[in-house]
Amino acid sequence: MIKAILIFNNHGKPRLIRFYQYFAEDMQQQIIRETFHLVSKRDDNVCNFLEGGSLIGGSDYKLIYRHYATLYFVFCVDSSESELGILDLIQVFVETLDKCFENVCELDLIFHMDKVHYILQEVVMGGMVLETNMNEIVAQVELQNRMEKSEGGLSAAPARAVSAVKNMNLPEMPRNINIGDINIKVPSLSPF
Amino acid sequence: MALKIVKGSIDRMFDKNLQDLVRGIRNHKEEEAKYISTCIDEIKQELKQDNIAVKANAVCKLTYLQMLGYDVSWAAFNIVEVMSSSKFTYKRIGYLAASQCFHESTDVIMLTTNQIRKDLSSPNQYDTGVALTGLSCFVTPDLARDLANDIMTLMSHTKPYIRKKAVLIMYKVFLKYPESLRPAFPRLKEKLEDPDPGVQSAAVNVICELARRNPKNYLSLAPLFFKLMTSSTNNWVLIKIIKLFGALTPLEPRLGKKLIEPLTNLIHSTSAMSLLYECVNTVIAVLISLSSGMPNHSASIQLCVQKLRILIEDSDQNLKYLGLLAMSKILKTHPKSVQSHKDLILQCLDDKDESIRLRALDLLYGMVSKKNLMEIVKKLMLHVDKAEGTTYRDELLTKIIDICSQSNYQYITNFEWYISILVELTRLEGTRHGHLIASQMLDVAIRVKAIRGFAVAQMATLLDNAHLLTGNVQRKGICEVLYAAAWICGEFSEHLENPMQTLEAMLRPKVATLPGHIQAVYVQNAAKLFATVLKSGEGSADSTAAQEMMIERLPLFVQSANLEVQERASCILQLVKYIQKLQQKDVEIAEEVIALFAGELNPVAPKAQKKVPVPEGLDLDAWINEPPSESESEDEQPKAIFSKEEPKHSRPRHTEVDEKELAKRREARKQEQANNPFYIKASPSSQKVYQEAPGVEHIPVVQIDLTVPLKVPGLPMSDQYVKLEEERRQKDRADKKKKEKKKRKEKRSGRGKKHDSGPESEEDITPAHMVDIVTEEMPENALPSDDDDKDPNDPHKALDIDLDKPLADSEKLPVRSHRAAEVLKSPAEDGDAERSVSQEPKKKSSKEKKEKKKDKDRDRKKSKEEKKKKKHKHEDKGEDLLGGQEDEPVVQSEETSEVAAPPSSTTAEVSDLDFWLSNAPVPSNTQGAATVAAAAAADPVPEAASGAAPDSEPEEPKDTEAEETKSSKHKKKKQKKEKEEKEKKKKKKHHHHHRHSDAGGEESVQNGTVEEEEPLPPMSNYCLLAENSYIKMMLEDADQVNDIQGNLQDGSQVVVSVIFENKCESFLKSMEFNVLDSLNSKLQRPEGSGAHDGLTVPFQLPPGVSNEARFVFTMQSIVMPQKLKGTLTFIVKNEDSSTHEKLDFKLHFTCTSYLITTPCYSDAFAKLLESGDLKCSSVKLEGISMPFHHLLARICFHHHFSVVERIDSCASMYSRSIQGHHVCLLVKTSDQTVSIDAKCDEPTLLGNVLDEIKQTFSQC
Repeated sequence: MIKAILIFNNHGKPRLIRFYQYFAEDMQQQIIRETFHLVSKRDDNVCNFLEGGSLIGGSDYKLIYRHYATLYFVFCVDSSESELGILDLIQVFVETLDKCFENVCELDLIFHMDKVHYILQEVVMGGMVLETNMNEIVAQVELQNRMEKSEGGLSAAPARAVSAVKNMNLPEMPRNINIGDINIKVPSLSPF
Repeated sequence: MALKIVKGSIDRMFDKNLQDLVRGIRNHKEEEAKYISTCIDEIKQELKQDNIAVKANAVCKLTYLQMLGYDVSWAAFNIVEVMSSSKFTYKRIGYLAASQCFHESTDVIMLTTNQIRKDLSSPNQYDTGVALTGLSCFVTPDLARDLANDIMTLMSHTKPYIRKKAVLIMYKVFLKYPESLRPAFPRLKEKLEDPDPGVQSAAVNVICELARRNPKNYLSLAPLFFKLMTSSTNNWVLIKIIKLFGALTPLEPRLGKKLIEPLTNLIHSTSAMSLLYECVNTVIAVLISLSSGMPNHSASIQLCVQKLRILIEDSDQNLKYLGLLAMSKILKTHPKSVQSHKDLILQCLDDKDESIRLRALDLLYGMVSKKNLMEIVKKLMLHVDKAEGTTYRDELLTKIIDICSQSNYQYITNFEWYISILVELTRLEGTRHGHLIASQMLDVAIRVKAIRGFAVAQMATLLDNAHLLTGNVQRKGICEVLYAAAWICGEFSEHLENPMQTLEAMLRPKVATLPGHIQAVYVQNAAKLFATVLKSGEGSADSTAAQEMMIERLPLFVQSANLEVQERASCILQLVKYIQKLQQKDVEIAEEVIALFAGELNPVAPKAQKKVPVPEGLDLDAWINEPPSESESEDEQPKAIFSKEEPKHSRPRHTEVDEKELAKRREARKQEQANNPFYIKASPSSQKVYQEAPGVEHIPVVQIDLTVPLKVPGLPMSDQYVKLEEERRQKDRADKKKKEKKKRKEKRSGRGKKHDSGPESEEDITPAHMVDIVTEEMPENALPSDDDDKDPNDPHKALDIDLDKPLADSEKLPVRSHRAAEVLKSPAEDGDAERSVSQEPKKKSSKEKKEKKKDKDRDRKKSKEEKKKKKHKHEDKGEDLLGGQEDEPVVQSEETSEVAAPPSSTTAEVSDLDFWLSNAPVPSNTQGAATVAAAAAADPVPEAASGAAPDSEPEEPKDTEAEETKSSKHKKKKQKKEKEEKEKKKKKKHHHHHRHSDAGGEESVQNGTVEEEEPLPPMSNYCLLAENSYIKMMLEDADQVNDIQGNLQDGSQVVVSVIFENKCESFLKSMEFNVLDSLNSKLQRPEGSGAHDGLTVPFQLPPGVSNEARFVFTMQSIVMPQKLKGTLTFIVKNEDSSTHEKLDFKLHFTCTSYLITTPCYSDAFAKLLESGDLKCSSVKLEGISMPFHHLLARICFHHHFSVVERIDSCASMYSRSIQGHHVCLLVKTSDQTVSIDAKCDEPTLLGNVLDEIKQTFSQC
């Protein structure tokens, strides 16, 4: 079982956290700090396994991590997982991110945390490895994205409209602008 | 103007999406908290909007904030709202947020049950997927209970994407709702062989996870996993399975033997390091579990060690780490093979990577010997000095102590060296392990009598220099050592050189700053020291000084805040004052004071208390007093607590007994020691040796210069011991050589070259002094059981469920009420086809109309239009009959199975495994399995089973006769019914044996349904399966009629009814029916009986009487035919004599016997074919001259099929196996050639059934 998946950068700023066991928010932050502390002081040419910190798990748990450029990908797993297998899985996950974001970099993770979660959900579910075949993962993610697109996305219609409204130069606009097709219910207009 | 307002309000609603929020936070680095709090305010506003898009956006932002550590549980309800949106986009956001911040105590979770259920059954697979993913993170016991059934249905979903998620989430469901494990397990097991590799891998994953916690319940799956292991190519699956085997082998060593070969092959063949590593790991586990050596045992070990060495030498640090990790597992059982790689491991101790150093340390534990212990510890001490981090240093410290103390100090040859090591370790700053060092000191001083003198001297030094240990705040942990030091000095004060000085050190005012429990020990041991001083010279200057010191200093402790210190101090103070008074009266008191502390304490084993057996007749849980009544008011509660503790009072009573016994034993031991010439009493002789030895006068051991600080300049003390030891050994060796030379001189025969100058062997090293290591005491008749220290709170404990027991009726997953009826109707609550079968008949007509349009393309329906009406009429009839009685057979067979053989699957299961492990040849892959099956099926199958075929024909008439006589002789209640059956049976027999029955097509179809109609399904289908062969073998005095029929309700049970008929003139009794279980099928035996015990037939047979007994068999897999050998033993009793008789028989379970005639509507049938889940196969029969309806009748009758539709010379047929496999046939005939196209979701089963059908017709 995987107990937690943490992604943070070289300064310990979390980019994605995914706990498969409940910890309160402050505890989560403490775990991130501790894990960062453990991982960050290690050279890049030492092994990728680390006996777990005191906060997360006990002797049965291991931290397995990889360091890519500015990001640490840390998996906390118990003894039922194969160490090298998890290392491979991290690689698969990162390659998948790379495919989905086209040359992934930290900024992608910063601004699209939700998307990263959705991709992760196709790899690991409830702490167990769901799929290891990258093509299958990418295919499922893309199918879901296409579905989202067909629904118009989270902010597609309204956001487009909003940015149009934001960008418009009011004095130059014609008086009778039709805002009927903005799909929002505008709250209480002033009486005048 | 209005537009501006509109713009403003839109701005407010939409000013930020997730990206904007992130950007904003990045732009406000200085005042991030403030910025976020305004954002949260905005989010709160947004959540108040009605627009779901706005809400979703807000929830999305909250998910981000949650990652930054903000508690967002206040928005839980809004999250639920977003989850229930109909749009996938929003739903996904909602579920993501829920999975991040919901947990078991989130109260809104209970509102989600119906929403989740709706999503689970959504036609859109991604809605379902998202719900499953979310649920996996926040499933609660309630959700698990309510949704278990829905998820179980999803396990058979048509989309593999959903199937694999459903399979995985079942693990979470099991954890939260353990009752679901047994009902769901069969289906989970099925998924191990799912065509989709992802689903298969998920199922393996879940079962491995379950089995890891409770391996013994999954031992019976070993054959299945073995098959998977040899056939799978997916490394993920292989790794999981191999890991699982690693967990199973300790329980079943024979499994290990079976595994070694394939694993070794994998090790040689695989290129994947991860797989190689896991294989090596499991081979190690196997070798550990094998107690006795097997032929290529050492070869495997060598292979493993060799592969691991390659890993360790690899430049990849990960492999190095794992290599060391695995090496440490070998170490436990095969230290020799690891020791040869000592160089490599010592090298790793210097690695820059801490993880690797730690692993190497673990290995050192097993590498030490008497010879190298000092050297290794010296090296470690150097590391201790160098180590910068406290964690690593603490680890080193514990390792040093572990290494030295392992197996009762086995490797320590010089305890003085060890004590000095311990003393050196006390110099460590900031260690947390003070108590560890202290307990080692105590342990050594107590158990190694010879060392006490030295230990006491060292401890006295420690006490004297206590300020070094306590001076620093950082050293708090280490002052525990003083506890040990004080106790040792007090207890063994007779060894003290200068007790006065030590007494002074113990009573220094600074002691009052130590922790209470240490002060208490100080005070107590000061008293002991005082007694010693008193004894050494009553009235001397020393004793008076000591007395004065006690009286002067003790009041400090009397004022202590610590109760223990205070109490002891005041007690002892009064004692000393009293002694003083007595002494003033010139009373000799020393002896009496010493008597206060007389006797020796023996070490007690840590588990001794636990192992004291509860005396017979003592119930610790029973109330001694009347239990307090429930209605007691609150003010009476203290009383209740008191009476609760009452039972504990019984404990001291029997420990008292033990104490008496202990005293007795102690006495006996003293006697024994006194009389034992080999028992070496403590003597300071060793010290003298050092004094006399040349060139070692500077060693501070003897001339303890009390002003010398603990850290000796130059060499640390222990190093000197290493040198000394070296010298001593050399001397020893020289002595030995001398002796040997002498010996050789004495007898010149010269056989003793083997001792010559070779490297020093273990035995050559003699300990510096003989030590008597006192063993730990255990209570008399201690319980031998090793208490398992399982954590009672472990959630996995609840999953320790026996999975092999058949499911009871009560064990069903909770279903929503309006669905319950449906579930009841379809016995195995199955897939779509199943459902439509159990739909109400009134819907049928409309459905069929629909189907008419739909299925025109099917060739077999080309000309059906006009015939259809007719057929329907017929089918209706069949169906109606069925409708009335469907449930009955099920109940009946269930009942009988319980009566005949109370299920005792565990033993049977084990014996099945036994069989697999002992001799069953295991097919190396699935294909192999198929060929084996085919070979088995090639035997003459249905009517004339097994090799008895040639004999079977002539037996038949006799058989019928037997039947006739039987029907008149049955005496049981069911007599009447049986008669009817017999008649029917006869009819059928005629019908197929003599082949001139004129039963038409319609009739023969009815044949199939008639069977259903009979109240006793086990009796309904006497197809003479193996009857003939039995009769042949039973010519003597008994007669068995055999019938095999699957039990509809339980997917793995088959009921075999056997009629025993006594054909001789004697009385038959004590009949025992026994079958040699196979890998796949086993006889269910009553609980408690052994795996090879027979079942007693529950009746006796007077001459000429017949009776029937039923036996339940449990089948693992039904895809292959089975043959079981069995024996019937019985006693034949005449008037004057009785003889034991035995009768061998063979039970033949054909694949056909696992099929159950199940009616199927044509539309359901079509749907089934369309579903695409079925594998295709076909067979051609040549030279069949019988009419088509006749042919169909035979298939129906012999192979338990029912006709779905028939058009001219073409018919579709259907049957279902007891495990729910659908089998569909399309039978076509054209002059003498019959072609059967078949589809089934289990190709092996299908192949076998077709072979059996072929066989049936080749007999004609």
